[in-house]
Amino acid sequence: MTAAIRPYVAVVRARFSVLLQYRAAAVAGFLTQCWWGGIKVMVLTAFFAASSSTPMTLPQAIDYVWLGQALFTMLPWSGDPDVARMVRTGDVAYERLRPLDTYAFWYSRAVARRTANPTLRAIPMLLTAGVLFRLIGWSAYALRAPSGVEAALLFAASIALVIGLSAAVSALMDTLTVATLSERGVTLLIGPLIIVFSGSLVPLPLFPDWSQPILRNQPFAGLMDTPFRIYSGHLAGRNALLALARQVVWIVALVMIGRALMARVMTRLQTQGG
Amino acid sequence: MNALRLYGRYIATSIRSQRQYPASFIATSVGAFASTITDFIGIWALFARFRRLEGWQFGDVALLYGVVSVAFALADSLTRGFDLFGEQFVKTGDFDRLLVRPRSTVLQLLGYELRVTRIGRLAQGLVAWGVGVSLSSVAWPLTSWIILAFAVAGGIALFSGILILQATLAFWTVESLEIANTLTYGGVEAGQYPLDVYARWFRDFLVYVVPIGCISYFPVSVVLGRVSYTPYAFAPLFGFAFLGVALWVWGFGVRHYTSTGS
Repeated sequence: MTAAIRPYVAVVRARFSVLLQYRAAAVAGFLTQCWWGGIKVMVLTAFFAASSSTPMTLPQAIDYVWLGQALFTMLPWSGDPDVARMVRTGDVAYERLRPLDTYAFWYSRAVARRTANPTLRAIPMLLTAGVLFRLIGWSAYALRAPSGVEAALLFAASIALVIGLSAAVSALMDTLTVATLSERGVTLLIGPLIIVFSGSLVPLPLFPDWSQPILRNQPFAGLMDTPFRIYSGHLAGRNALLALARQVVWIVALVMIGRALMARVMTRLQTQGG
Repeated sequence: MNALRLYGRYIATSIRSQRQYPASFIATSVGAFASTITDFIGIWALFARFRRLEGWQFGDVALLYGVVSVAFALADSLTRGFDLFGEQFVKTGDFDRLLVRPRSTVLQLLGYELRVTRIGRLAQGLVAWGVGVSLSSVAWPLTSWIILAFAVAGGIALFSGILILQATLAFWTVESLEIANTLTYGGVEAGQYPLDVYARWFRDFLVYVVPIGCISYFPVSVVLGRVSYTPYAFAPLFGFAFLGVALWVWGFGVRHYTSTGS
């Protein structure tokens, strides 16, 4: 490991162990995920029952729902609460004193946030929807295994890109928090966008056909829709690789925008406090 | 001063204090509108794709969604004191101060704050409600409006009951009170679809245990002429019964309260 990236790896490790402490919240979150996922699955089953031609099969939609519940916390719902606090108190000025690239530092913290929590929350949800449901006879509502070895490998690659993309959105939100001196506006704006455009509300393929070209090419699709469709085989071969490429393009674009914005904000940094 | 006038005073004070930050009020209300209207967008998208759900059309489900949303928005703005109970009153020991006052704890907590920003959620519920009414093909006599108003009242009672039960839990634990969110926010989610789509046991849960179906599905079915059995219009009474049970449990909790003493 080169000396240049060692501090960022250390940041990821330290944040990871801090975030694993919140167990009670994880239990509550798990029950909420089961409730929400269960409702979505039953509603989709009823919708599909009366329809003959659909853009994805019911089992594919069900996989999509359970993966969405399991990996819910991977999405960039809010910026870093510590950055928000630093902006409020004016401590953000100290960030400039560290011998680190501030953008890379915040990006690393976001990577930890989007990895630790989801890992803790995904495992029980995947076991419940994938294994327990089958054991108690709810196979029709259960999560299936990936549609093949290739799908599994591409899914893993896509999930890694989700973390990169999610962290890029988070770091951009942190920078906007510094620029606007409060995290509230950014958080209010981002939540509804993520819910609708990631596929967490309704699987994106089920939106009207005319909206598909737009939905495919916007950045939030890379947060959920891409890996989930790869998992169930809805995206395969060339289409899957294209979707991965779109994830990469959006990561690069958002990192560049985030860095440019941070450079601007930090040259004339306004701090609160006193 | 009687209880109602005192409550009026509490509310007037609360509104006056929230008026001090108009920009924050507007931003939070708009945010609440934007984040809750997404649910309605989801319903629209599914109906744009599939057209119907167990014989229910978009307008019918919009009305279900509107009734549940309006009821929850009102309950949520009224019961802020219970929502914050564990954090604000039990952990700090401030509940002792409520107990020594010559008024009921329920009244004092209801008067703690009227959350005006819930107007965002209320507004999107009313939008859905309006869409539902305008797309429906039935007549709208006065009795229909009375049935739905009663449904909303029952819904306020039910959701308030859930929040009071959540607050009661705080007498024993300050951990994982988010559990109640499953029944409040999750209840809105469950109540916005016709009960027909759910598995039998889940339907029974939504009728007999946490009667969300009674405050939305049954009265809306009557109003839309989907059932001709008029006693269903009185199903929201179960919401009031739930509140009654919740208040009884609350009383039990209060009697077993031991102060943190700090």
